[in-house]
Parts: sequence; structure tokens; C-alpha cells
Amino acid sequence: MGLTVDYELKETILLARLNGELDHHTASELKESWQLALQQPGIKHMVLNLESLSFMDSSGLGVILGRYKELKAEGREMVVCSLTPAVDRLFQLSGLFKIIRFEENERYALETFGVVLS
Amino acid sequence: MNTNMMRFAFSSQSRNEAFARVTVASFVSQLDPTMDELTEIKTVVSEAVTNSIIHGYNSDPDQMITIICTLSDDEVELIIQDEGVGIPDVDEAMEPLYTSKPDLERSGMGFTIMENFMDHVYVHSTEGEGTTVTMNKQFNRSKAMSQ
Repeated sequence: MGLTVDYELKETILLARLNGELDHHTASELKESWQLALQQPGIKHMVLNLESLSFMDSSGLGVILGRYKELKAEGREMVVCSLTPAVDRLFQLSGLFKIIRFEENERYALETFGVVLS
Repeated sequence: MNTNMMRFAFSSQSRNEAFARVTVASFVSQLDPTMDELTEIKTVVSEAVTNSIIHGYNSDPDQMITIICTLSDDEVELIIQDEGVGIPDVDEAMEPLYTSKPDLERSGMGFTIMENFMDHVYVHSTEGEGTTVTMNKQFNRSKAMSQ
């Protein structure tokens, strides 16, 4: 099963789409590629799309919160979108809903950063 | 009462987290749980196994984790055991957001998730001997009540 990540640059916004299962095992690989992707020049903020995430546990919360904090420390923002009900429940339980901004879908999340898709 | 049981053990490697939760979910499927209940079972197995690997065994991949799963009528009992370092203060470890390893980006939500997704969670731990997490859950609650 595992986890795959697609990174895409939308103007100055890094868009990351997760596919598969995010647990302790896949979180460590994700952290590495994610940090690398964020180092690309010209990236201001990011959108994390969790639509195709079929499984997540608290290790997923940890790696997402970790990147959120790194971005925030640099004055950058991360928006998370397209949560499945199971993933939504974990964010509710953890209280991350009060910290991170969530949007319903990718298009709208990008629009909040001024990226308008044709 | 119809009781059905299984037991399996595996190396304390993170790649086995997915194996453990899928195996338990497959066994538990006999009780005809809802998709939500199955997700809950997979998540708590993942949480307990991850705890054993990271905390119990300090990420030593050559130790063993044992899972015993018992189905009785509509109830599942899960026992997840390691023979690792143990937890010095179980009450503290079970507090939401508490983590002994913040540098590893642990969210501190593992036990909170287990307690929310299962009916009962009991942790027995002895320093230097290991930790056993026992969890129970009754399935099809709404179905049972409507009968």
C-alpha cells in the first residue's frame, strides 16, 4: 500500500497531494520529501490535499503539525483541504482544527492564496 | 457464546505497522463491522504498534510484538504486547498531547485516539519488562439496540 506524494507548483504555492496510507512508517519518508519540496525557491505558502488519503493515524498528525510549525516560523502558511470523514475526525480529536486552516476543496484553498485556476 | 481467537507476532519494524492493522481488520471482519468501526480498529492497532516500536523498543527493529485478538459474539478484545522498556508513569503517558519524544514529531495523541475509538483501554506496564495494552469494543451497537 504505502504512500505516494505528488508535488506541484501553482504560481508561488506548493500543492502536495497525498495518496495512500500515512502512518509512522510512511511519515518519515514523507517528512524528507516534503522538506525538500519546500526548499524550492519562490514558494510562499502551501496547500495540502488529503482527498486520497485512505488511512492516517497520530503519526500523520505529527508530521503535518511539524511542517505547519516550520512554515509558520518563517511567516508562511499551510492550508489543508479535502478531508475524508476519518481524517477529519482525527483532526477534530487532536484540536488541530483550532490551529490549522482547513478548506473544503483544493480549488478554493488555492483561491484563498490568490491562485485562480482556469 | 461463540469465541474465536487468533494470535500473531512480528518484528518491531515500522513496515509491519500496515501488516498488523490489515491482519487484525481482516480477522475482525467476521463480525461484519461497519466501515467506521473497521477504520477505528485499524487506527488503534496502528497506534499501539507504533508505541511499542518507538517507545517500547526505542526503534530497535529486532524485537517482537505480539497481538492477540479475541472475538466473542459482537465484541472484540485486542491485546498488544511488547517486552520493551515499559512506561514509568502510565497516567502521564495517556494524557492528551503528552509525548516523551517531541523531537520525533510525535503528536501525543496515540492513547487519546485509542480511548476515543474503543470502549475500554487498559494499559499494564512494568519498567524493564514491557507493556501490554488491552482494548475492548462492542460492534454494531445500534443494530444490537434496535433488536
